[in-house]
Amino acid sequence: MFKGGFRTQGTQLSPSRPSLEGRRSFLGVLLGLGSFFVGALLSVPLIRFALFPLIRRTTELKSSPVGELSEFSPLTEPVIRTIQIEQVDGWRKAVSEKAIYVTKDSQGHLLVLTSICPHLGCTVPWNKERNQFVCPCHGAIYAADGTRVSGPSLRGMDALETSVQDDQLLVRFQYFRQLVSDKEVIG
Amino acid sequence: MKGNAFANQGESGPPPRRESGLWGWLNRRTGLDDLLRSALDEPIPGGARFAYIFGSGLLFIFISQVITGVFLALYYVPSADHAHTTVAYITKAVTAGSFLRSLHAYGASGMVVVLFLHLSQTYIYGSYKGRRELLWLSGCVLFGLILAMAFTGYLLPWDQRAYFATAVGTNAISEVPGIGEYMKRLIRGGTEMGTLTISRFFVAHIFLVPACIFALVAAHIFLFRKAGAAGPVNEDPYQPKQQPELFYPRQVLMDLSLTALLIAGLGLVCFFVPMQMGPPANPADAQYVPRPEWYYLPIFQWLKYWHGSAAIVGVLVIPTLLVLAILALPFLDRSVERRPWKRPIAMGAYAIVVFSLVSLGLRSQYLDRHDSGVAQQLAKQRAEENEYARKPFEPELSSASLAAANVTLADPLAAKGKTIFEGHSCNACHGDGGVGTAAAPALVGIKAKFSAEQLAELFKHPTAKMNAGGMPLVDLPSDDLKALIAYVESLK
Repeated sequence: MFKGGFRTQGTQLSPSRPSLEGRRSFLGVLLGLGSFFVGALLSVPLIRFALFPLIRRTTELKSSPVGELSEFSPLTEPVIRTIQIEQVDGWRKAVSEKAIYVTKDSQGHLLVLTSICPHLGCTVPWNKERNQFVCPCHGAIYAADGTRVSGPSLRGMDALETSVQDDQLLVRFQYFRQLVSDKEVIG
Repeated sequence: MKGNAFANQGESGPPPRRESGLWGWLNRRTGLDDLLRSALDEPIPGGARFAYIFGSGLLFIFISQVITGVFLALYYVPSADHAHTTVAYITKAVTAGSFLRSLHAYGASGMVVVLFLHLSQTYIYGSYKGRRELLWLSGCVLFGLILAMAFTGYLLPWDQRAYFATAVGTNAISEVPGIGEYMKRLIRGGTEMGTLTISRFFVAHIFLVPACIFALVAAHIFLFRKAGAAGPVNEDPYQPKQQPELFYPRQVLMDLSLTALLIAGLGLVCFFVPMQMGPPANPADAQYVPRPEWYYLPIFQWLKYWHGSAAIVGVLVIPTLLVLAILALPFLDRSVERRPWKRPIAMGAYAIVVFSLVSLGLRSQYLDRHDSGVAQQLAKQRAEENEYARKPFEPELSSASLAAANVTLADPLAAKGKTIFEGHSCNACHGDGGVGTAAAPALVGIKAKFSAEQLAELFKHPTAKMNAGGMPLVDLPSDDLKALIAYVESLK
């Protein structure tokens, strides 16, 4: 089946065939190794290029400024603020607005709450008269610091991650799973 | 391992087959060994020479173009909206992106150079003679296909340079009498350049033309092996008589030296002088002076000389005759003489064509430098490109955020309505931007169902269904109500 495969071209080779063969195959190994290393070297930029989204964050949510810290120190009840959130997704970004509440916890520290009801996702308005958050959809009620008072919700209003930079209050907006008792980030 | 296989062949006779191990198994299944040997043991009459290295050099760059092209497609989007952003993303943000894009862009130039050398060698050595008509023809078609790749690929970054060069290039097609205008629209996907043009060029660049190239490269190599290497200029093109030398090892080494040179050369250029990109295409820019890539400059300059009724001669007749003459070369030139010094007509024609191309290209450069207006504008364009290249990558604003921003910008009344909508927690039930929630229906597109008066009426006198759903009475001052209605009507 392989018979004559080697010399099908009917070419004349030099008489000292074995040593020539030896040289040819030695060179073959050398060339094979050389090509392998050059190929490996050339594939480095290709791999780096393809793995870019794994190495670098290509989808990220930046912290959004809420306002000056001094603005919130005399706070006596929750105030609603609209923040611009910038969501980067590869080569594009989406800018949207979200309503959040700035309030204080029981120790008087600043607290930022998302306005999304942890029950079924309606926007919860602050009810001045009752001094409570009252969700208009299914009647969930929360205290000024967001803790659950009554109603169908399984947990209190969700606090957002905050940070302070140059006396600016920054917040990282996130969505949380609804209808569960534990706060669980979903994006 | 390979050495051992050959070590035990002290005597003459057929070398033992390497039948053991993985290689042996693979070989029994595929016959790879025979294939490799018949590929490497191609006889070259008169021995290996550096003159023969350009064909495999071309193959190497083509493979490099395929690989880099596939990788670039990981991030590229062929649409007028996103093409420029995605190429900027590749160039400015993605690791090794600038390098790979440069490799692909400069690779195109490299390919044109090596293609010219390969063609010149074939022509000067008379290697198209001796039953090699189809080999020559397939090579000519490949030449055209590679130029088509360069032309279609040039548009894809959708920057100023790409846009205007392609606008000029596709405009030239409309000079062809009769079908020219139709051809132009066919290629552009409309009378003007736009997002459909990108789609068409993209499909041609990554599907149609490469498929043709793959097929023709296979045919070209098959026909080459069928006819055999032509050998040196004093060899008989039909019946080679000179002592042959096998392709492997010396010719392989020579070919690889060109490959190594190409890798090193392209690698260094791409690393130290990466390909730039300019600001996004602005079709309204009437000042822009378009210039094609260097290898299209001769054609660009040539087309300048033909206008009006003479255009048909310059744009159609002369190029067609030239192309036909090139295609018909092996049929017209039937002599077995291959030595260039004995082929004055062929060599004269070659000299004239090359001289014309070079002078046309240089003439174009000269004119650009000596027309102060053009020179100034070109310098300005280069400065704009450099400025754009220095700026960091800016992500594109997605259409959803733009729509939201537009509402606030377009109509101050609707903007006021938005604050009322949110201040009265309408969005609590109807969702942000009126997209709807479990508690209440979406308001998007409500303008199609209710007029402003009908909406005002509904606010004052809610239907039974609205009452049942818990929609509160909207009791607002009439100005605020107007603003709220304007906002609700603007929701899309």
